[in-house]
Amino acid sequence: MTVTTALPSFDEAIATYEPVMGMEVHVELGTTTKMFCGCSTAFGGEPNSQVCPVCLGLPGSLPVVNRTAVESAIRIGLALNCSIAEWCRFARKNYFYPDMPKNFQTSQYDEPIAYDGWLDVSLGGETSETFRIGIERAHMEEDTGKSLHVGGATGRIHGASHSLLDYNRSGIPLIEIVTKPIEVPAAVAPAVAKAYVTELRELIRALGVSEARMELGQLRCDANVSLRLPGDPYGTRTETKNVNSLRSVERAVTYEIRRQAAVLSSGGTIVQETRHWHEDTGETTAGRRKEEAEDYRYFPEPDLVPIAPSREWVEELRATLPEPPSVRRARLQEAWGFTDLEMRDVVNAGALSLVFDTVAEGASAGGAKKWWLGEVARVANERGVALEDAGITPGDVARVEALIAEGSLNDKLARQVVEGVLAGEGTPDEVVAARGLVLVNDDAALGTAVDDAIAAQPDVAEKIRGGNLGAVGALIGAIMKSTKGQADAKRARELILERLQG
Amino acid sequence: MPSISREEVAHLAHLARLDLAPDELDHLAGQLDQILGAVAQVTEVAADDIPPTSHALPLTNVFREDEPRACLPAEAVLAAAPAAEDGRFRVPQILGEEQ
Ligand SMILES: [Zn+2]
Repeated sequence: MTVTTALPSFDEAIATYEPVMGMEVHVELGTTTKMFCGCSTAFGGEPNSQVCPVCLGLPGSLPVVNRTAVESAIRIGLALNCSIAEWCRFARKNYFYPDMPKNFQTSQYDEPIAYDGWLDVSLGGETSETFRIGIERAHMEEDTGKSLHVGGATGRIHGASHSLLDYNRSGIPLIEIVTKPIEVPAAVAPAVAKAYVTELRELIRALGVSEARMELGQLRCDANVSLRLPGDPYGTRTETKNVNSLRSVERAVTYEIRRQAAVLSSGGTIVQETRHWHEDTGETTAGRRKEEAEDYRYFPEPDLVPIAPSREWVEELRATLPEPPSVRRARLQEAWGFTDLEMRDVVNAGALSLVFDTVAEGASAGGAKKWWLGEVARVANERGVALEDAGITPGDVARVEALIAEGSLNDKLARQVVEGVLAGEGTPDEVVAARGLVLVNDDAALGTAVDDAIAAQPDVAEKIRGGNLGAVGALIGAIMKSTKGQADAKRARELILERLQG
Repeated sequence: MPSISREEVAHLAHLARLDLAPDELDHLAGQLDQILGAVAQVTEVAADDIPPTSHALPLTNVFREDEPRACLPAEAVLAAAPAAEDGRFRVPQILGEEQ
């Protein structure tokens, strides 16, 4: 069904209905090998070069569980304030789809390794209110292979003549984290959904169990949304898949609230179905209906023995938990002197660790933030890559800041140096040397430029003599132009005032 | 007594991607019913103090260390497949929903 009528605004939708959300997040663990075999999990290998009889599901092969993956699962569970199962099993989730060569996915069904926890999230900015998100369960499973659909117009499945499968990803350990129903004030629901995924990503990174990079599919999100009238039982929900950026989490939930409100207020009913999020159009489209959904016929995996983590092992793992991200953020925010809003910008940009590392290399926190959220973010955005892949290191940024501090660069030259580093021209010092970016601040060279500027604009000079300091900018502009931006503006100002007011 | 209907057998056959003719369905529904009946006899001896089991071995926590092992060569893997293209397994058109 295509909805062609205009959707109500978000405010109109929540004036009538209350949303209830549920988030399902899959985290690909950063283990060296797969969940049940010793194949490498390295990203970007030649297709089907990281496969073996186990992850190809060849007859007679037997899986063996990766100890580190289980430890990571337990640590994630503990960090989410979950109970850790004393005994649990894997189960087979049976379905026929070529992304799983075994024709089942090894997962956990009614015995997750971790259950019944919570994660506190806050929206930052003007309100410091905290929302406690209940965690239903976190369980272990394995990733699927990657399909390439050939012959269709857009690489999608519809219209494709056939498909090509790469099983390098098949069998990489996944942890699926499922929330309890999230019931928060309607106005903040989409923001809370985004804040939850953001906080979870920070937690996963702090644990060191995954880089949790959404653009690489290491953290993937499905968003369940339903609406109800205040006081009513839960409404029928839809599950929006393919929500693969933090921004999309908020947008997809907002869209689905508006779409469902339009259906309900026109007397329609919500169909329980999966929906696909489209980043480009900002809409969801209908997918599989639940009544058509597969019957997965779960049963305990006969090739694997149960996992029974001893309480000693669990406590050992608990002792390895890092400082919670919210505590770390509060500590760093105070040390860096950032406002709530500045800190939120850094966190949302995924730049916390980069700023931290840049400060560790000697830069000021403000200087580090300025580059990572400014020039580097702009270039990374243009290229569609993460900040850490833009081509500049925390050490480079700290070096640029040091060159500014010692007076070798002004802001304008520093920007050119950063541009050069991002363009692959080398380290900051190499870019300075190659581009000849030297700040003109010796009084002889600068003095000539100052004298020329005064001579060229006698009317401006007269104003300054008369006490109009606002006019100094016009002369500095001329000096910057004549020195191709390489003048030390502060020293130039001093020289102008010496000459005209001294 | 267990009782499995012809419709349930047809549904399971579909899930298992088995193309069964109507007479086969009739035949199998009856047989499966008998098999389930035989298995159900276990419940007559299973007492409340006997926990259900899914495994014959009294083992837990069998792990391997997170250390890489050799993979199969891609050429060998693809040579065993019915069809391959561009270093990948080639499969027929996938009908239905994207996963
Ligand atoms: Zn393998």
